[in-house]
This record gives sequence, C-alpha cells and structure tokens, in this order.
Amino acid sequence: MSETQNLTLVQAVRDGLYTEMREDDDVLVLGQDVGKNGGVFRATEGLFDEFGGDRVVDTPLAESGIVGAAVGMAAMGLKPVPEIQFSGFMYPGFDQIVSHMARFRARSRGRYTLPMTLRAPYGGGIRAPEHHSESKEAFYAHEAGLKVVIPSTPSDAKGLLAASIRDPDPVIFLEPKLIYRAFREAVPEGPHTVPIGEAATRREGGDVAVFTYGAMTRPTLEAAENLAEEGIECEVVDLRTISPLDREAIVEAFEATGRAVVVHEAPKTGGLAAEITAIIQEEALLYQEAPVTRVTGFDVPYPLYALEDYYLPTAARIEEGITEAVEF
Amino acid sequence: MSVFDRAYDDPVRVLDEDGQVVGDVPDLDDEELVDMYRHMRLARHFDGRAVSLQRQGRMGTYPPLSGQEGAQIGSAAALAEDDWMVPSYREHGAALVRGLPLKQTLLYWMGHEAGNKAPEDVNVFPVAVPIASQVPHATGASWASKLRGTDEVFLCYFGDGATSEGDFHEGVNFAGVFDTPTVFFCNNNQWAISVPRERQTRSATLAQKAEAYGIDGVQVDGMDPLAVYSVTKAAVEKARDPDTDRPRPTLIEAIQYRFGAHTTADDPTVYRDDDEVERWKAKDPIPRLEGYLRSEGVLDDDRVAEITSTVEQRVADAIDAAESEARPEPRELFEHAYAELPPELQRQYEEFAAFRETHGDAAFLEE
Repeated sequence: MSETQNLTLVQAVRDGLYTEMREDDDVLVLGQDVGKNGGVFRATEGLFDEFGGDRVVDTPLAESGIVGAAVGMAAMGLKPVPEIQFSGFMYPGFDQIVSHMARFRARSRGRYTLPMTLRAPYGGGIRAPEHHSESKEAFYAHEAGLKVVIPSTPSDAKGLLAASIRDPDPVIFLEPKLIYRAFREAVPEGPHTVPIGEAATRREGGDVAVFTYGAMTRPTLEAAENLAEEGIECEVVDLRTISPLDREAIVEAFEATGRAVVVHEAPKTGGLAAEITAIIQEEALLYQEAPVTRVTGFDVPYPLYALEDYYLPTAARIEEGITEAVEF
Repeated sequence: MSVFDRAYDDPVRVLDEDGQVVGDVPDLDDEELVDMYRHMRLARHFDGRAVSLQRQGRMGTYPPLSGQEGAQIGSAAALAEDDWMVPSYREHGAALVRGLPLKQTLLYWMGHEAGNKAPEDVNVFPVAVPIASQVPHATGASWASKLRGTDEVFLCYFGDGATSEGDFHEGVNFAGVFDTPTVFFCNNNQWAISVPRERQTRSATLAQKAEAYGIDGVQVDGMDPLAVYSVTKAAVEKARDPDTDRPRPTLIEAIQYRFGAHTTADDPTVYRDDDEVERWKAKDPIPRLEGYLRSEGVLDDDRVAEITSTVEQRVADAIDAAESEARPEPRELFEHAYAELPPELQRQYEEFAAFRETHGDAAFLEE
C-alpha cells in the first residue's frame, strides 16, 4: 500500500496538479490568479513557487484567450491545464471550447490531439453572487470530442484529474465547490489515477438505484441512510464521468431493482437525468417497475442565495423522489 | 532604422502600380523571385478554376482569393522551413507556398474532412472558420515554441472584420504580455462580406491597434508582394531573435482588395460598385511583379509562357486527382472525435453499420 494523506477535495486537486507537474514537464497551469495568489480557492497554492511563472501562468482576464491559447499549446504537444475561475465564466470561452477544443482532432483527422484539461469550480450552495453557482455540465456533455468529469471525493478528484491530464483528448473537469472543504479522506500520495468513464457504487442496496454525481452525492447518501431506517435500501451510484457515461454500470444497477432515481442540481430539462432515463428505457425496459424519478434543480435561472436552498435538491426532496419510485 | 519605425498610415512599398521600384528591394535571388511569381500565378489560376467548379456544381461554397495573392504569397515566402502558418479560410495561396498540396484544398471545399489534414511535414494549421478564433491558437502555439525553445515562428492570418472580434483582442493582448513569437497578419481586403472597413472601427488604421498592445504595428501595400515579403521577413526575424529591444510580436496590416465575392454564395454587386473594383484592379499584384521582373530581365515571354502552361497543368492535375477521390468511408464519420472510440459511439457506429448493411446506401444517398 502506498502512503496516504488526509486531504480535502480542493487540496486533492492541488496535489493532483502538483504530482502531474512533477511527473511531466509538459504539464502547465494557466488562468486568472492561479500563480502568486494560488487561485481564489487555493487550488494552485504553492505551485508558482515550486514550478515558476512559465508553468504556473497568471494570464490576463480573458476566458476565450485562456482557452484559445491552451488549444494552441496543446496542438503543439504541451499539456495545458487552464483554469476558469468559476464555471459561470466559461461562456466567454464557449466558442473556443465547442468550436476548437472539441473539434481540433476531428478537423485535422487526428493529426493534432488536444491533451488539455479545462478546470472550473462549479455548482451552488456557497452563498455566492450571481453567475457563481450554475451547473451547466449538460452543455459540455452534449459536445462530441469532449470528455466531462465531475469528482465527488478527494481521492477521486486527484485520481480523475491526473487521468484527465494524461488523456489524449480534451477534458472539462468540473469541481463541485460546495464540497471543496466539506470533508477529508485518505488520498494516495504520489502518482494516482482513477479511470475516466467508470462510475463508482457509493452504497449498496436492493430496492432502488439512485444515480448522481458531484456535490449531490452527499445529500443522496444522506437520504439513503434516512430511508434505510424505514427499511428502504438504496444503491447509490456516483457517475464520476458524465461523458462518456458508464452505461453498463447504469444498466446493471437498474436491472437489479427495476427502479431508478436520478439526482442532479442542474436544471431538469435537457439535463443528464433525461439521458440516463433514456438509457434505461433503451436497454432495460422490461425490467422497469416504476417511472424513473428525476430530482433536479428547476428550469429557472439560478437564484441569488436567499432562495438557493429551495432550488438545490435536499436530502428531503431526494427521499421523496426515492419513495415515489419505490412505492409506485 | 527599422521598418517598424514609421507612421501607422504610411504603408511600406517597394513597387508602384506599374512595377517601378519605389522602395528597398528585398534580397531575393532570381529563382526566389520567379517562384513568388509562379505561386501567385498558380493561386490566381487555381482560384478561377475553383469558382468555375463551384458554378458547375462540382464543388461546394468556396471563398475566392483573387487580388490577394501578393499578400498571401509574399508573406508565406518570408517564413523559414520550420515556421508555421495559422490560416483563416481564404489562405489557399499562402498554404500552397508552405507545401500544402492543391488537391488538399480542393478536397476540403469539396466536403472531404481529409482536405484539412496537412501532411506531417507541412506546418499549416487546419482552416478556422469562426472569425478571429484562430488568433489565440497562434498565440498559444507560438508560446509553446517559446517555452520549449524550438525557435519556430507562427504567422497568423485573419481579415479586417476579425479585428472587431474579442478573440483578436485576447489573442494579440496575450502575445504582447507573454512576448510570443507571433506575426499577426491582417489581410485588410476592405470588405467583411458587405461591411466596409470603415464600419469595423473608427481607428484610422488597423495597424495602430498594435499600439494598445505594446507591440509593433505596420501597414504594407498588400498588393505589392515584395513589400509584403520585406515587412513579414523583418517581423519573423524579430519574433525569432530575442536579442532585440523590440517586442517579438508584430501586427501587419496588409492593404488589399478581394476582386471577387466573399464566397461563391455572395453577390458583391449588391454592396459595392464596379468603379471601386476597377480602381483596385489597377493595383493587381501579378502584373506589378511581372512588370518588375521583365524590366530586370528575369522574365521574358518564353518564361512566362512556360509558367502559364505548368500552372495550368498543375491545377488541372489537382482537379483530376481531387475529383477521382472516392467518397470517404462512412466509418470516417466516427473516427477522430476521440483518440479511442468511446463505447457509446462504438454502439452508434455498429447500429449505423448494421442498418447500412441491411438497406444499402440507397437508404442514405439520393443518386
């Protein structure tokens, strides 16, 4: 067994960057305030002192420039890890993400590949100002050529980030900032990877499968524990990667019970829950015992924080969704 | 004195409209000069044939370049072998100089993705259609060259309309801040489809925008290939050589005109008058260079005739080759989205392949 250290999720992100930069001179970090300041969430703390300003680059305040320059770097073989300070500010770089980051390999018929990982803190629940709380991961999952990874634990954050950096394809790496410091866990020291595209079972149970990812994993597990007291046992599957989805894990967990709930904080319409529901009916219709229940954010602009507790799925809402699926 | 020490509205010129020398002739030997002329003739002839292919339904929408050969060939000729060009979508002439086969350009506009895959030894980026979006790529790629100490310079092309885009600002600003070896080459052809240069910016010149980024900016007569060569060469050398006090990046505004439409889907008579087109045609870069080379005794009727016939043959051969290219295998649809086919994409391919197996291509194709 390798040594471990007890880290929060954001510390594990930092450790993942540090480790990959030590392993590979082609890895570099660029973004706003990532250098001397160490990142607004401290995700790049100390990297500037360790690796210098050529590899931990404070850029001008320009998201399209950050993504676009990283595209050019990656085309030439570097492995840039651009940071967008909040996912709500990815849109100025959206054209670069979908028109170039996602398409460069296909456009050049494989002459160029873009081994770049775009990191951004995402999601709500931290009493932040407008544009600092959205969950728009479905945009990126919809775009062919991108992989989209969302960790929910410190160990996964480090391992999935390392796997993303090493991946030849461009990865959107969304970090649930609500749980940046919510808890610690033992994270392997040194090089550590977790494969992209594999879901993880967080809790076993034979009555219903509950699929989720990111910050919603915790209230989902809390709901599952509460329901266990009433005799309902939930299988909780943390997807970890939303593109490509682990279809096998989804279908297998569903077939065991014929009942499913999907939980995400992103709006309902066109969200990942719709995709997961479609997979279930395509692959396992005859196992189905109940409609798939979606517990999600509402189809409204993300509210300012006085109302965000009503917007975000809570353990209580998730419990009700699970109960519906079980009692149908 | 550096070529960059001049007023922004004082374009560098070497030849006047009649091919008479009015500036410093760059140090090029006869063969290099003839090569430049040959490439310009090739680009012009190719362009005419491409427009005609589109009219005959043998090619899709195509963006013509006639009138812009001086800017394209003069600038691309100034690059060293290991340097790179980052095009928009109209630089078929420049790409030709860099070694991209004509067949590739034809294939791309005939709808084959393979046309965008430059051979490994051809340092030409893929075509970038969204306006100015390639500018930050050139900055990032040249930044990589600087970080790795590989000495490669990147020449990035875009039009006058692109200077209004945010990506132009962000890309050039980054280049200034990180002092990257990038040459930003603005093909100011006066029209962004139907919108004239004056409606893009109140700035008197596009070159002066360099001032805001702390880099050099210079205007050049973009229909004077020798002037374009000189200015680009100076910018490339400055980008490569860190021993100078000047910033590495340069913004070149090459003043020129597109004689034809924006694309074959555009009708320029709607927005500009024939007199204007004729005035600019008097500046045509090809007779200018030809006049100069004849006066220098480098070209004569025989040599010009020989070039005409080789140019026509090369274009005809490229069209034959492109038109003989089989339709790509539909499997190609699924290739290259990712390094390895993800399981769901593999599934989608298998479903598609099984359907095609059962129903044949008649289920997809009209003919």
